[in-house]
Amino acid sequence: MSGNKVVSEILRDYIYNSLEEGKRIDGRGYDEYRKVSIETNVIQSAEGSARVHIGNTDVLAGIKMTIGSPFPDTPNVGVMTTNAELIPMASPTFESGPPDAESIELSRVVDRGLREGHAVDMEKLCIKEGELVWIMFIDVHILDYDGNLFDAAALAAMAALASATVPASQFADQYPDYDLGEDFPMPINNYPIMSTFVKIKDVILVDPALDEETVADARLSVSTDPEGRVRAMQKGLNGGFSYAEIQDIVRKATEKGNELRDILMKSL
Amino acid sequence: MSEESIEVKRELVLPGDLIAEGDMRPGTGAYAQDGKIYAAQMGIKNISRNYVNVFPLKGHYMPKFGDKVIGIVEEMSANSWLVDINSPYPAPLHVNEVPWKVDFGDTGKYLKVGDVVLLKVAGIDEAKHVKVTMKEQGLRKLTGGSIMEISAYKVPRVIGKGGSMINILKEYTQCRIFVGQNGRIWIDGDVDGIALAMRAINMIDNNAHTIGLTDRVREFLEKESKEIGILSKEE
Amino acid sequence: MGMKMDIELIDKNGLRIDGRKPEELRPIKIEAGVLKRADGSAYVEWGKNKILAAVYGPREAHPRHLQKSNKAIVQVRYNMAPFSVGDRKRPGPDRRSVEISKITSEALEHVVMTELFPRSSIDVFIEVLQANAGTRCAGLTAASVALADAGIPMKDLVVGVASGKVDDVVVLDLGKEEDNYGQADVPMGYIPRTGEIVLLQMDGDMTQEELFKAMEMSMDAAKYIYGLQKEALRKRYEMIAREETEEIEGVQ
Repeated sequence: MSGNKVVSEILRDYIYNSLEEGKRIDGRGYDEYRKVSIETNVIQSAEGSARVHIGNTDVLAGIKMTIGSPFPDTPNVGVMTTNAELIPMASPTFESGPPDAESIELSRVVDRGLREGHAVDMEKLCIKEGELVWIMFIDVHILDYDGNLFDAAALAAMAALASATVPASQFADQYPDYDLGEDFPMPINNYPIMSTFVKIKDVILVDPALDEETVADARLSVSTDPEGRVRAMQKGLNGGFSYAEIQDIVRKATEKGNELRDILMKSL
Repeated sequence: MSEESIEVKRELVLPGDLIAEGDMRPGTGAYAQDGKIYAAQMGIKNISRNYVNVFPLKGHYMPKFGDKVIGIVEEMSANSWLVDINSPYPAPLHVNEVPWKVDFGDTGKYLKVGDVVLLKVAGIDEAKHVKVTMKEQGLRKLTGGSIMEISAYKVPRVIGKGGSMINILKEYTQCRIFVGQNGRIWIDGDVDGIALAMRAINMIDNNAHTIGLTDRVREFLEKESKEIGILSKEE
Repeated sequence: MGMKMDIELIDKNGLRIDGRKPEELRPIKIEAGVLKRADGSAYVEWGKNKILAAVYGPREAHPRHLQKSNKAIVQVRYNMAPFSVGDRKRPGPDRRSVEISKITSEALEHVVMTELFPRSSIDVFIEVLQANAGTRCAGLTAASVALADAGIPMKDLVVGVASGKVDDVVVLDLGKEEDNYGQADVPMGYIPRTGEIVLLQMDGDMTQEELFKAMEMSMDAAKYIYGLQKEALRKRYEMIAREETEEIEGVQ
């Protein structure tokens, strides 16, 4: 991710040498995630929230909702905006300032996974077609960065959504001419889960830790739904994958997605 | 230093804590105000003769003359390299301070960005400009193995009383280990040995347990080294 | 201060809208060393405020023109998470957060021994995760703990605490409604041991006597909060200190 300090050649070689003997430097299997934990409803000022740890990576996602006009080309659905911030608290390499390409890519990839995976039934967020809809902001705050922000951010966003309540009663006075009804749970439609793999030399690893990420040649994030359908992908870094590698990753992503989804469902 | 000159009371002090009054002077990590001495840092209070010190528990490495440190080359110029020595102050390594005859503009032939070097701090001035050298026996470019970083204040613990801890680490992992004063540690051996050494050093760095750390590390290494089949010389 | 509304902030028994007495603080919980990457960190829950502070440094000051040849600079970034407030806050610095960052930095520079680290920067990041009035004071309180946690040499810890006036009564530590509909707010940064006031703001309308009473209330409360700060650090490091002593003795 963001401009890391210079990686020592020794560390790079050590990661390579370990992989040559079939070992990851933290002792994990190639297909093994670090410990994943999810805690929901941690922020009361948000309509929904979740804190996700993947190893030492620590992210907090919060949902805020308001009411506004739909986009003219989609008059009967709510509006969703996703924003992820690599705040400088999280890493000595993150800098203050407007979002850089890393933050924007992360935001967009998380957004794509949720949007294309139909995580939320956006039609249920329409109040009156062409006039008024719910507008939803998903904000992901990165607190501690130790690699694999894509999966942590996507999982936190999904968990925050699944724990959210649409605050209809709060807006009743503001929109007396509309029937907003009572508060209702976020209409969750599906649980897409993102799983990220990196390629180091010719080895494919899931859930890269920071050191692995810094020496990785290529990265692929795959968002899959409970039926194993693929809903979003993003390839990153300047290395390439073979077609066979992509097939392998996609299959594994489904499997890993199921594992993470189980953890998610238990947290709700 | 004799036993009596060290205050044995294990006292954690925090910034602003009153740590001495009367006929005492502030040493490191302490300051005087209105005739009293206060802690200027979180750490352990220590009285040595008539000085009150606070030995820090955490903080960045500050270069000291004579320290051997492990650096990573982060920039090159025509006649020097800039080396990250894990301190707030990167150290320029001039071509005159390396054991090779380097022609102007040829620095890249000898050391590249990302290379790891064992250096000595040859000087540091008031404004914290650091001078380092590689021109002394044992100083060199390090290759192979792995490196890791711990807090510079944990270095004495990794070495242990009279080298006790480092000897245990070397024995059970069958690795060569060099601990830089700046908290960087270079470990060379086979992949399993290195991984085990790193786990043990992390255990020391994290203060996983309280008393008898040396014994705990020994127990850990004994069990793990058997499991992965590293044989120490004695066996 | 906000508009006076038809809202009773002090009831007939002299209690405040959340049931507190005028000189009563909201519950405060402080934890030290909560993040992995940062050199030092702290988490503060203060009423419904949830605040994280992290410290990096001393490290090379960037950009270089900020470097001071004879001392370190203390750079503070106070930031509110978009979901920390009722109406989503747009990400990024606004004029309010820039001002808070500046005065917090000045308050902390007073205690940090910057002369020990010429040309470097000590960076403090305050993230408001959940806001409910008084975040700058809670943030300053958290930042002090995070600095000590990072092992930064400093003369003392700074406490942030506010007082003010609601329904013509001088009160300590304004809550959300009191902040919105009260008559005055006086945030302070204070060092209990030395009696130095290192941050002070005021807005609203108070007599001089009321102002002084409010400040005295804050100074009193600061002693208690100072105790909580130190307790958090002790709790985190007491055991470690015991082992370290063994080692120090061993090596000498």
